Amino acid sequence: MSLQIISIILGSLTIASALMVVLSKHPIRSVIFLVVTFFFISSLYILMNAQFLAIVNIIVYAGAIMVLFLFVLMLLNLNKSAEPESSILVKFSSLIAAGGLFLVLIAALKDSILLSKTYIPNNEAIGTVEGLGNLLFSKYVVPFEVSSILFIAAMVGAVLLAKREKQIID
Amino acid sequence: MTTDLNNIGTSLDFFVVVSIALFVIGAFGVLTRKNMIVLLMCIELMLNSVNLLLVTFSKYHGAADPQVFVFFIVVVAAAEATVGLSILIMAYRNRKSIDIELFNKLKD
Repeated sequence: MSLQIISIILGSLTIASALMVVLSKHPIRSVIFLVVTFFFISSLYILMNAQFLAIVNIIVYAGAIMVLFLFVLMLLNLNKSAEPESSILVKFSSLIAAGGLFLVLIAALKDSILLSKTYIPNNEAIGTVEGLGNLLFSKYVVPFEVSSILFIAAMVGAVLLAKREKQIID
Repeated sequence: MTTDLNNIGTSLDFFVVVSIALFVIGAFGVLTRKNMIVLLMCIELMLNSVNLLLVTFSKYHGAADPQVFVFFIVVVAAAEATVGLSILIMAYRNRKSIDIELFNKLKD
């Protein structure tokens, strides 16, 4: 089985599980299918030789963010599907809008898609920990430090927001 | 690990289509769903589609810089999920629901 067939199968499975995230009524099932989608996206990263990002995707997204979603969903006891349905007009117009967006994006990226005939393969391992680390700590060291400030701000904000106050202003 | 992955070039355009499809699915979910937590998950899906597109073009051009940008997008997504979920907890305490149709207090 060639790599192209494998990538087509994995890409189709990614799209299918992403559709299940949106279409399933149960929020818990949405979370589970989102984790499955992240694993498939990581497999696509591995196919493109970006091993570091594949591992980071699994650890950060499937490991940390999705567990946070599951915790909130279960602690608030929201795992029942009491969600009111959107009206059929909203669904239809959203479908039209999403399909239009898909067409516009495909048309905009058509030229770049057709460029893949001139693709020049390189044997350089660019997705490894060594290559990315060299770049991250030399050229992009200032954004790296700024992102730590962003993390501290997000942490303080989350603690302040989720802390129960004595009186809730209504 | 430099295996013979170079004949993947013909399927890179397929990855572009996959990432566009993921973005559109996320946008469709944001437009139709009313559960706020599912909305946040659809935003995560859209961020991931952008990551996939960046990695595809990184492979295509043989440059490592887009993968560093993907790293920063993951950082921003983690911060966004944290703050969004704490806002959701606050809203749930006030309204006892996470239906976005009920969060119209700022309107009037």
